[in-house]
Amino acid sequence: MTGERLLLSGDDAVALAALHAGVELGTGYPGTPSTEILETFDRLGGRAQWSPNEKVALEVGIGAAFAGARTIVTMKHVGLNVAADALFTATHTDVDGGLLVISADDPGMASSQNEQDNRHYARAAAAPMLEPMDSQQAYDFTWLGLELSERWKIPVLLRLTTRICHAKTVVRPRAARAPRAPEPFRRDIPARVMIPAYAKPAHQRLRQKLAEMAAWNEAEGPLLQELNDRALGILSTGVSAVHAREAAPEASHLSIGLTYPLPFERIRAFAAEVERLVVIEEGDPLLVESLRAAGIPAEGKPEMYRFGELNVARVRRILAGDTSPEPVPPPGKPPELCQGCSHRVVFEALRDLGCIVAGDIGCYTLGVLPPFSAMDTCVCMGASIGVGLGLRHVLPEAEARRVVSVIGDSTFVHSGLTGIAEMVYNPPPTGHVVLILDNGTTAMTGQQEHPGTGRLLDHSPTNQLNFEGAACAMGVQNVHVIEARDKDDSLRELLSEALGRNETTLIVARQPCVLAAPKIRFYEKAAAEQSEEI
Amino acid sequence: MAVTNIVIAGLGGQGVLTASDILADAAFRAGFDVKKSELHGMSQRGGSVTSDVRFGDRVLSPMVPPGEADVLLVLEPTQSAINRGLLRHGGVLIGPEIIPEGALRNRKSLNVAMLGALSTLVSIAEEPWMAAIHANLAEKLHALNEQAFALGREAAAHRAA
Repeated sequence: MTGERLLLSGDDAVALAALHAGVELGTGYPGTPSTEILETFDRLGGRAQWSPNEKVALEVGIGAAFAGARTIVTMKHVGLNVAADALFTATHTDVDGGLLVISADDPGMASSQNEQDNRHYARAAAAPMLEPMDSQQAYDFTWLGLELSERWKIPVLLRLTTRICHAKTVVRPRAARAPRAPEPFRRDIPARVMIPAYAKPAHQRLRQKLAEMAAWNEAEGPLLQELNDRALGILSTGVSAVHAREAAPEASHLSIGLTYPLPFERIRAFAAEVERLVVIEEGDPLLVESLRAAGIPAEGKPEMYRFGELNVARVRRILAGDTSPEPVPPPGKPPELCQGCSHRVVFEALRDLGCIVAGDIGCYTLGVLPPFSAMDTCVCMGASIGVGLGLRHVLPEAEARRVVSVIGDSTFVHSGLTGIAEMVYNPPPTGHVVLILDNGTTAMTGQQEHPGTGRLLDHSPTNQLNFEGAACAMGVQNVHVIEARDKDDSLRELLSEALGRNETTLIVARQPCVLAAPKIRFYEKAAAEQSEEI
Repeated sequence: MAVTNIVIAGLGGQGVLTASDILADAAFRAGFDVKKSELHGMSQRGGSVTSDVRFGDRVLSPMVPPGEADVLLVLEPTQSAINRGLLRHGGVLIGPEIIPEGALRNRKSLNVAMLGALSTLVSIAEEPWMAAIHANLAEKLHALNEQAFALGREAAAHRAA
């Protein structure tokens, strides 16, 4: 402790801890509610970079950790699905530098396409998981996660949720760690080359590491126990721990920080102290099922509380066994596309042309709402292209001809290129039309850079990925670039023409995001001035 | 001190989050334990936004339980009715009509003017308020927002009198 007292969001607390703990590289892909971690880490002087997607971010992180550097990799919950391929085998390897993979879940889906509970990943990928209850623990567990990762040479998951990431609470930071001197490459083939001959013993080692970590968790893991009235004992994790303490201050409480592998004997001892044990956990009934499997009798929550965030009122209802319908708050004003947004022009055209629109993830998903109602599917990052092709393959010809895939620029870089490869390789008989809505930024998450903008996370210039060039090189038959403007029918005409051909077409509709445009001009001016000085 | 619960409501772009940042920072500078939370993302595209700020000796949950808000500060008239249920019995609703139309040099400082009105109801001294305004806004906006804060404070005192 330095005696300093700060008011920080969970995201900012993680960034500050990463800086203090000597993290040498932070990678990730923007996604609410995780985005601010890398932005703050950069602002504080850390080395942070956006990757094209979460899988690449984690792969870069694994390389940095193999080279001995403390590394963080950030993403939202669905991002871990993309990075899962790397994670599931990375746990079998030995990392040298601490590798902390940060998953920010969105229970209640404030800004996400699903409500998945990433606690499942800990067990599935055999990755230890830490879950903080506030910004102080977010700070402490970032340190701890890196230390545990180095001690057992294993990637560690730090699972945050919206009310950790975007809640500000008081943090007392520690003194920063002295920087590490760079070390030469150390070859360790059996620990890092996962061919079956090495992966088989690696799996044995992985289970041994987890057994040792479980023992450590029993002996000195980050637990918070308060024995009060023994009539009711509450076991909780993450932000639920503070909801539970407020909802039932008279009860006995046990909250677990390292939630995989679990400290079953500590929980068993707590269970023995209380008459009634209730598990308060947000999302899936994962903890309560683990307890029951370990032979610890515990009450869970009624199914209705699986959906949405928990809060103090809902915890009170769970404890009272209240399953009566919950009061529904009056609906607020829904979000909408900004006035002057170029997406408006595009969705008006798609609506008026009667297109069947395979959509994607971003601001433009708002094209599904009135007055446009011009989107028919939205599944995951990049799915617009594959789903659009699937529709084209199967629908009657007259309808197949009206299918358009609509994808944003950042989403295209994230997961669209493989879709283009599919379109070129397996073109439907009617061809296909892909529309990239290139507004020059990752708009939805707060205007982050990506490889298509030609600027780095800190907005300084770098190489730029050229969409139209890539599409031509990949073999798309027709490639067009157009500015999406009001009072101009050229987009409609181009679309109509493309829909009439039995060929593959990619149209880049380019117009900077109205919110980002002034900043983009500022970055471009700064870059021009800098290059003049050189 | 028991926990004070404030909910700030408005529409995306009105400065709800800036207002709650300033309020939380002022309470923090006044020495209280503080928690604040809200939902980002989709809500910022012009939709309804609320932010919860809680302060006192010890704050647990970062969210104000529905029906327990001491004050509901509403920046946009349409957002009063839908959030009224968050107030406790006897809680106070402060709507934007408390700031006379045309009184502000720039309507963008409505959020800080509303904090001025709120300041008459909470035990935070002027010094931490000013420090929080300075810390959370660009320097060129300081004078404008100090005036807005004073105007809101006067308007609320006038109404209470």
